[in-house]
Amino acid sequence: MSEKFDIFDILVGKPNDIDYGKKPVLIQGMTGNFGSVHTRLMREYGTNIVAGVTPKKGGQSFEGIPVFDSVKDASKNFDVKISGIFVPAPFFLAAVKEAVDNGIKLLVAIPEHVPIRDAIEALEYAQTNGAKIIGPNTPGVILPTIMKVGIMPSQPFQKGNTAVFSRSGTLMYEVSFHLSKAGIGQKIALGIGGDPINGTNLIEAFDLISDKDEVKSVVVVGEIGGDAEESLVEYIEKTKFNKPVVAYVAGRSAPKEKRMGHAGAIIYGNYGSAESKILSFSRVNIPVAKRPAEIPSILQNLMK
Amino acid sequence: MKLLEYQGKELFSEYNIDVPKSYLAKNQSELNQIVDKLEFPVVLKSQLTVGGRGKAGAILKCTKKEELAPKFTELLNKVVKGERPKIILIEEVVDIDKELYLSLFLNRGKRTYSLISSSQGGMDIESVENKVIQDVSINGLSQSVAENIAKNLGLSGVTATTFAELVTKLAKLVKEKEAELAEINPVAILKNGTCLALDSKIIIDDNSLFRHSELRKYIQISELQEQAEKNGFSFVELDGNIAIIGNGAGLVMSTLDVVNDAGGKSGAFLDFGGRATTETIYKAIEVISKLSKVKAILVNLFGGIVRTDLVAQAILDAYKNGMISVPIYARISGAESEKSRQMLSNSNAKLYDTVEEAISSLVHYIGLSK
Repeated sequence: MSEKFDIFDILVGKPNDIDYGKKPVLIQGMTGNFGSVHTRLMREYGTNIVAGVTPKKGGQSFEGIPVFDSVKDASKNFDVKISGIFVPAPFFLAAVKEAVDNGIKLLVAIPEHVPIRDAIEALEYAQTNGAKIIGPNTPGVILPTIMKVGIMPSQPFQKGNTAVFSRSGTLMYEVSFHLSKAGIGQKIALGIGGDPINGTNLIEAFDLISDKDEVKSVVVVGEIGGDAEESLVEYIEKTKFNKPVVAYVAGRSAPKEKRMGHAGAIIYGNYGSAESKILSFSRVNIPVAKRPAEIPSILQNLMK
Repeated sequence: MKLLEYQGKELFSEYNIDVPKSYLAKNQSELNQIVDKLEFPVVLKSQLTVGGRGKAGAILKCTKKEELAPKFTELLNKVVKGERPKIILIEEVVDIDKELYLSLFLNRGKRTYSLISSSQGGMDIESVENKVIQDVSINGLSQSVAENIAKNLGLSGVTATTFAELVTKLAKLVKEKEAELAEINPVAILKNGTCLALDSKIIIDDNSLFRHSELRKYIQISELQEQAEKNGFSFVELDGNIAIIGNGAGLVMSTLDVVNDAGGKSGAFLDFGGRATTETIYKAIEVISKLSKVKAILVNLFGGIVRTDLVAQAILDAYKNGMISVPIYARISGAESEKSRQMLSNSNAKLYDTVEEAISSLVHYIGLSK
């Protein structure tokens, strides 16, 4: 992408926009069990969900939100740039293409078990057309007290100026809960996703906030598998990223060659091991917490 | 899903990648049926998913007929890294001129496939120095790229042509079967210039299996694993005696680490995923109850919308029905925790506010119960 992708601009907008803080959001797969529960919760939190898409259910409505057969039909009625994707994994690729073809710029991809080939193809398709995917297998993104697109509970999050980027869903909640309890609120919390292929990886997540003065610090929740943390450290060095960062890496005691719940959480040889990631962070003096509960005090020390 | 060597070689044959002449035997009577067909020397290869078979003595050469039965029995009984083979591959030995390395794998960071080739085959690729890595599109690779790879390895003539063909065939296999990794180590170059795959390592993307009914026959999971997966749980059996149940893979992994730091050893990882209902927790405890080595269960649930009384009910039901008797240490953050504490007050389960407190009590108990 030539132009820098501004996630806050997409999610909240500029103060003089008429829909500032109320940007319209579309939910693909809204009428399913999962989709409907979370549509309700997102709406309660303040997300402006204007339409849902479920093939063959066009013309119906869910709690007053109109349902369309296709993104194309929905986009005739609403100027939407954000979509939450709640469709089952086998339909993910088609849902992404449809959304991108109809002007969606930010896709929050909730489904787990998306085949790797489909994920790669979806990402290439989005990138070629100037759109961004968060996930798949992500809990989504939340701007505390403003809005959320995803399945995270709202209780752990509080408004503030740290950013939480996590490869694990529940750990994103848990870490944010500890931060909030210690009085450290979040500007943004974003789930990278537990799959081997991520639409927004750790580096790209850092890129979203690197030039945002209102974000004062970052908490990275990593886990075993792949080398996203190691690459992030290289990025931090190369770009001289200068906000305080605290890291945590789950899976120090995980055995090799066993998939630990997430499709992406697997160690081969030393590739993907927690030691390798912790060493990388330590090399550039980024403190690594041993337990999620330690993160707030480590961060407070850095901010002194 | 990691395929066994012989399964990978079956896929190789399907894609016209040559493999040595071979036979399979699960037991002595199956061995007796093939023994007269064999041309010695042969190699007996234990079919295991774990690596390092050579070093572990799970690959044995057999120069004459008399050695066959005892070596076969030796391999069938040999446990490597906790794994016992169900089947032995018996391969005829070929005359090798040269050994190379070739693999195609999912490059997570680059979100594409990468190909590694090396003129040094047969060893651990991590220790190989002169390897060539290049990106390959998921849509396959062209003949000219394949030829270039052969050239870079210093191959020429018939060998270069057959190796380039091998690369193309392997790329086709990776694409069509949706493999995360396909490795041939070593690729044997024979005296006549042709290539042969002496070993196979193939990992199929589990999430793509719904459109690969032809690969279902290779799924080999334990009964317990199957029961867990049917319920939508992620379950991994480990070496220790503490079972850990939680919602979310990262949370359970993180709990494993805290248990480990406190001196405990985890015996099971169970992520039941999203919703904590009485039924899901009960089913999760049911899976764990089948592991006799488990001496205590740690439950760590986090989420703003967990109703802890529903979890407490599942625990009470599990004790009442005699499913388990071991103690449960639970950290459940959510609504109704006072009520849940009351519910569990006369049981073998206890609620804690933090996971650290729960683990510390648990490890103390395990220490005493040794």
